[in-house]
Amino acid sequence: MLNPDAKLNFFVFSDDGPQAPTRNGYGEGLIISGEKDRNVVVLSADLTESTRSEAFAQKFPERFFECGVAEQNMAATAAGLGVSGKIPFISSYATFSPGRNWEQIRTTIAYNDSNVKIAGHHTGISTGPDGATHQATEDIAIMRAMPNMRVIVPCDAVEAKKATVASAKIWGPVYLRFQRDKTPVFTTEQTPFAPGKAETFWESKRPKVLIIGCGPILRTALVAAKELEKEKIESIVLNVHTVKPLDEEKIVSLAKKCGSVVTVEEHQVNGGLGGAVAEVLSRRAPVPMEFIGLQNVFGESGLPSQLLEKYGMSMPHIKTAVKKVLKRKR
Amino acid sequence: MEILHEKKLKYLEDVASRLRQDVIEMVSRAGSGHVAGPLGLAEIAAVFYFHILNHRPKNPKWPDRDRFVVSNGHTCPVFYAALARSGYFPIEELKTLRRINSRLQGHPHRTVLPGIETTSGPLGSGISQSIGMALAGKLDGNPSTHSTGSGHGKYRVYCVTSDGEHQEGNTWEAIMFAGKNKLNNLTVIVDRNNIQIDGFTENIMPLEPLRAKYESFNWHVLEIDGHNMEQIVDAVAEARAIYEKPTVIIAHTIPGKGVDFMEHDYLWHSKPFKSGEAEKAIKELRTLRGKIESEHQ
Repeated sequence: MLNPDAKLNFFVFSDDGPQAPTRNGYGEGLIISGEKDRNVVVLSADLTESTRSEAFAQKFPERFFECGVAEQNMAATAAGLGVSGKIPFISSYATFSPGRNWEQIRTTIAYNDSNVKIAGHHTGISTGPDGATHQATEDIAIMRAMPNMRVIVPCDAVEAKKATVASAKIWGPVYLRFQRDKTPVFTTEQTPFAPGKAETFWESKRPKVLIIGCGPILRTALVAAKELEKEKIESIVLNVHTVKPLDEEKIVSLAKKCGSVVTVEEHQVNGGLGGAVAEVLSRRAPVPMEFIGLQNVFGESGLPSQLLEKYGMSMPHIKTAVKKVLKRKR
Repeated sequence: MEILHEKKLKYLEDVASRLRQDVIEMVSRAGSGHVAGPLGLAEIAAVFYFHILNHRPKNPKWPDRDRFVVSNGHTCPVFYAALARSGYFPIEELKTLRRINSRLQGHPHRTVLPGIETTSGPLGSGISQSIGMALAGKLDGNPSTHSTGSGHGKYRVYCVTSDGEHQEGNTWEAIMFAGKNKLNNLTVIVDRNNIQIDGFTENIMPLEPLRAKYESFNWHVLEIDGHNMEQIVDAVAEARAIYEKPTVIIAHTIPGKGVDFMEHDYLWHSKPFKSGEAEKAIKELRTLRGKIESEHQ
């Protein structure tokens, strides 16, 4: 059943509930942060509207910098601002930032310990019709590998807003991951959120499998958990919005309790959330694991729903993975 | 900035010569590192740290300090020497360059060493980082955007960059941005020494006409002899007087300057000393210092 303490939206399982892209939450979070702190500045690389940086740009024109199509300069300029008392957010598509400017982020932001927040947009295969060039599916891996970098993957627009506001208050580099397409808004303002702290969204009485997810696909995992319960397969669904630093204690204790794990993410299975969880569990609580995500392939153009279906990230795929991991348990 | 009178000039020439000797000693002791670039930058390092910069070595985080950014991080030995000799950290520590547990990393790292404004080494991002500092200064100097705790942005930002670095796309992204935003508190100094690892810049990937390139990106351009300290001081003074543009000072320098067998030879960009070579170089520098002394007497 749903964890009542998670205070999820009443419409969580409804197809008619509210929907919004997580990038909208970023835009709202920027305004809130900008109002609270004059040091918050925003940089964009010719994707101001699409990354939802426009409202900030209009409200605080003196604190907004249009960089043009030049992501490397944007990152290193932000690094200079970040060591000079400012709290810069850099906005672009994740395939370009942190894709193209990864080295500038590594050297001038992470190693240099500059207070920069990197917002990667259009992540995951559900970026859709633009095709694989614009679908960032390796960004968690490349950012997670970097010392002194935090990685937060919000599951809906409300959590995206909270993550944006929270990251402005954390000293140091943070990577925030957003998606393009509308997805269900299934958390509420009351849903607990603290960077680095995983939250249980679904918990059955005698759970046999732990489903760990991040990003909007987490809601699909919740639907799968509900369907599985009808088949007497009990589970826990854990929202690991912060992929780095990982909430190790919670993941280890729940993995021990359940005895098997399925990770769910709209990202390559190599090096993403699943990889991060496996690194911890192989050390501290080895249990059978299955990984939902892109299986070492690039995406293509299509509708988000078609792509998630074709590339193995739909609700039935999660159910199948759960059944598979349970078989391996015995 | 005070006037550069004759006595100060003599002092600065002596500092530059001292820094050159430090560079040879440091790199030779470390067994690796770059020599030619740092030797060519000795006058620039001396005149900035001992005359131009508004800074407080004993209070390296002073908010109003001028920012001095070394984009071509591999030339750090000469700037480490300048930092130590101007009082940021003990001179003795120069001996630890590139050693384990040292604050003097092979390429400069901001968070460990006082006086280092930003981490650098991978080429092409220093002008961008300087732009960020210049923008922050503008914001802090603006009553509607300055925040509590800021020094109100009274500082200037200086960035030393190499000529080879102008082959990086990032460099031109930055030059475009600074021109567009009329960052008059930013001054870039190009160490135009014509060498890079694989050879002479104009053979590897021609940069000329460099002046025209900067001008077409809406920068104010000055060209000087990078070993002439009066010219360096005059150029910086002119840059401060330019209100509508950022300024670039193209400083023509001689790589390996001061050591006869190293001058102009690109192979000295990063090659280690063989036995006896460092001693020979230091001997030459000592002779040069002696000459400077006698010229001023």
